[in-house]
Amino acid sequence: MAAVAHEAHGHEAHGHHDDHGHHEESFVSKYIFSQDHKMIGKQFLMTAVFMGIVAMILSILFRIQLAWPGESSDVLTFFLGETWAPGGVLKEDMYLGLVTIHGTIMVFFLLTGGLSGTFSNILIPLQLGARDMASGFLNMLSYWFFFLSSILMLSSLFVESGPAMAGWTVYPPLSALPQAVSGSGLGMTLWLFSMAIFIASSLIGSLNYIVTVLNLRTKGMSMTRMPLTIWAFFVTAILGVLSFPVLLSAALLLIMDRLAGTSFYLSDIIVGGEMLTNHGGSPILFQHLFWFLGHPEVYIVLLPALGLSSEIISTNSRKPIFGYRAMIGSILAIGFLSFIVWGHHMFITGMNPFLGSVFVFTTLLIAIPSAVKVFNYLTTIWRGTLVLTPAMLFALGLVSTFITGGVTGIILADSALDIAVHDTYFVVAHFHIVMGMSAVFGMFGGVYHWFPKMYGKMMNTRLGYAHFWITIVGAYGVFFPMHFVGIAGAPRRYYDYTVYNDFDSNALEMMMDLNQIVTVFAIIAALGQILFLFNFFYSIFRGPKAPQNPWNSNTLEWTTPVEHVHGNWPGELPTVHRWPYDYSKPGAEEDFIPQTVPLADGEEEH
Amino acid sequence: MGSKLIFLLVVVLGVVALAQLVRVYELSSKLRNRGEHEISTRDNNLNARLMLIFMILSYAGFIYLVLKYGWTGRGDAASEHGRDLDWLFNLNMIIITAVFFLTNTLLFVFSYKYVKKPGVKAFYYPHNNKLEMLWTVVPAAVLAIIIILGLKSWNEATAESSDDAIRVELFSKQFDWTARYSGTDNKLGRFDYKLTLDNNELALMTKETIDSAINAMENGPTGIKAIESKLNDNNIMLVPEDREKMEADLSRKERLIRLLCQMRERHDKTIDAMAWDDIIQKDTLYLCVNKNYEFNFRSKDVIHSAFFPHFRAQMNTVPGMTTRFKFKPEITTKDMRVKMNNEKFNYVLMCNKICGGAHYKMKMMVVVLPESEYKAWMESKKKSTFKDQYFASVAAPVMEVAAPADTLVVAQ
Repeated sequence: MAAVAHEAHGHEAHGHHDDHGHHEESFVSKYIFSQDHKMIGKQFLMTAVFMGIVAMILSILFRIQLAWPGESSDVLTFFLGETWAPGGVLKEDMYLGLVTIHGTIMVFFLLTGGLSGTFSNILIPLQLGARDMASGFLNMLSYWFFFLSSILMLSSLFVESGPAMAGWTVYPPLSALPQAVSGSGLGMTLWLFSMAIFIASSLIGSLNYIVTVLNLRTKGMSMTRMPLTIWAFFVTAILGVLSFPVLLSAALLLIMDRLAGTSFYLSDIIVGGEMLTNHGGSPILFQHLFWFLGHPEVYIVLLPALGLSSEIISTNSRKPIFGYRAMIGSILAIGFLSFIVWGHHMFITGMNPFLGSVFVFTTLLIAIPSAVKVFNYLTTIWRGTLVLTPAMLFALGLVSTFITGGVTGIILADSALDIAVHDTYFVVAHFHIVMGMSAVFGMFGGVYHWFPKMYGKMMNTRLGYAHFWITIVGAYGVFFPMHFVGIAGAPRRYYDYTVYNDFDSNALEMMMDLNQIVTVFAIIAALGQILFLFNFFYSIFRGPKAPQNPWNSNTLEWTTPVEHVHGNWPGELPTVHRWPYDYSKPGAEEDFIPQTVPLADGEEEH
Repeated sequence: MGSKLIFLLVVVLGVVALAQLVRVYELSSKLRNRGEHEISTRDNNLNARLMLIFMILSYAGFIYLVLKYGWTGRGDAASEHGRDLDWLFNLNMIIITAVFFLTNTLLFVFSYKYVKKPGVKAFYYPHNNKLEMLWTVVPAAVLAIIIILGLKSWNEATAESSDDAIRVELFSKQFDWTARYSGTDNKLGRFDYKLTLDNNELALMTKETIDSAINAMENGPTGIKAIESKLNDNNIMLVPEDREKMEADLSRKERLIRLLCQMRERHDKTIDAMAWDDIIQKDTLYLCVNKNYEFNFRSKDVIHSAFFPHFRAQMNTVPGMTTRFKFKPEITTKDMRVKMNNEKFNYVLMCNKICGGAHYKMKMMVVVLPESEYKAWMESKKKSTFKDQYFASVAAPVMEVAAPADTLVVAQ
């Protein structure tokens, strides 16, 4: 099977694709078990959009509890029923369940599967000039594993004893002991199996991306002529391959502790009146393993968004991206450093303080390549002629959130300062802005920019504008006030802050004020997403037909026909003669020169 | 039900209205022969202006939040190292706020200023190594300062505590805290979780507690003998699941009792004194102002985190290991109430690691007393050391172990 597939691709790569002729594809092989990277990318996108909606609704539910604790709400009854919201008031356990599943879905299913799954699939072959991924079959498998794990994760929500409730980081012993919290029963088992399958999906996908980037570049597409999107996807895939297996081992050991009575993470525990015999395990071991993935994961989420925005900003500024090689260098530096910083999540776990100091040093180093990226973006738009498409607005919004969320990381990376703000809302604000919002903005930017390529239709620009402005106002309105709640020392994952009444009523008053502001903005932002969903689905079916190269872009994907064909290019594969950022090059007639145009006489490559 | 129906109707009508609007917009675009990909100068300028307006409004919001809420709730640091950390926190805040304003302003102003204007061509500027060097070296230099200052404070905050530091243990379980003072010898008694009994909740290790743990496991109401006799009793019919459960329970207890017997053999009686003079304290943690404290943290079940927000102190409590944190309270509760302008203010120890449903309620009041009051309180507690409480409970086993009501009323 593998050999046959290999031969077929080898054949195609030589440009004789058309000789085969097309046989009509059935509905199933075209839309469901498709091996075409474009369709798989769209499948990832659809699944992720659905998961994202679910996770967003979950967040609104617990935000209602936080803003108006103990008050009855019809919305809660509507979604959760009498079991989990008796009388319209959220149950304590379910609050933790909502928080946990919200976090898990957003981090893994929307921002990992959705972002890198969608855009790596669609763009890697198209921007490299390849007929398809190295292995179409594995690619299909990657999606279906993703789909299966999505189903398992959602089913965790419907278990009688409740979904996983130990936070998205599922620290044992809490996640290992059903006696400690009800969600650590079947809900947690489903969570673990879902993640194990998700990791398999991610691994298969990432290996495929790496092989494709290394082997299937078209003639002339040297590594240093690849668009930054591809560099970002490439490094992301490498990070995934190296770090996800560690999460798998963490999850497997946890499964063993739960089901086989081992003591990897358990020691000297009495829970629910029962004295356990487990001895010698360490809960800290789980945290090391978890964050060995967990921190690269942040960049697995972020790098594709940065790659997409590099492309969007350069195209719509009508200027080359400033410092192309420095951008590649910073992606590589971020990728490398992301592996040696995980300990900054663990400064106050009782880890040796000296080890903490090492992680302070490595973590703060990441600020340097990040600063390089920001200043390069700023220099790219400087003296450009900015075309403010919705995609461009989202890309600029990403730069803003990347800065705003990034600078607070400097506080958190500093172990001494982390003592007072660790696990408070300051952290929640930080990572939601820098990772959540930046990645979501990158994803929206990507959808608006490449929608014509994905569906052959145009999205409505006006609705796009309205969507952007509601989203950015909502994003800052939700996450900015959280910093102040965190500076006041409010712990995260608290069901009800009225406990502050017992010792600091002034702080309580401030927290309630801010929590209400946050919730109102969250609801506005969530409703704003209806505009996007409407625009997205309406345009798929009824949007105006896309022109060949709507944004006057240089990259190869815009040389393929608007109507998708299997193999991407009907004739021979294009040949690349230049880097992808020749915008507004002096001496050229147009303000863009596609990569397929040979260098003119005496023209120098950038 | 009616309201739900109306809500649904509004949503459906809203979507239909949106679809119609889009339709009209598309027709008008078609009439003007303009595709969605062509962004009109009007749209460009509108969004460019909105960028600038958004920047100004969000800065205004930022400044408003800082002025109105700023450091409310945080208050002055009430510990020695906390003052140092706050100074560093504020310094870092100033640096990052400056960077935040500088870069965001550049971003939004550029977005406004360089929006596409008819006839203007973009400036082809692919790279400049000097600039790259500039924004590599400058952040690196600033970060070097941040790292050096940060590590200096970190090393001081996490250094070994001084010999005269008062040792206090904080024991965490779902969902409360118990404190244990080290008593006159300033040494905390040893412990082992297997010794946990109703009259020895902190599982302190002495010859007597080991013996009674073995006894309870052997002869107690759910002890080995009781289980065995139930399993072997022909007159009792057991559901297979129950039998399995009891057998598992039995084998668990047999393993534990073997370990307890080993412990008894190895036990060195001379360390018992360390435990006997310890003082167990619930509800409120009393501290003496200007004294060094070393806190040892333990957990009975899952990970918790001991978070003293006002002392800028935090450490996780991890089952199976002891963690430590030291600090020196510098402001009494009374003085802090004046500073916070709140008669009812109290210091608090909160749980800051998700630990189950009632996680948010897991807290303990902390009261910092002037030395004279603290001494008086301590004297009163010395009459009910662990030894006193333990033997009182053995003599009258039914009696609930509870610390005598505190004579001081500062906490209220």
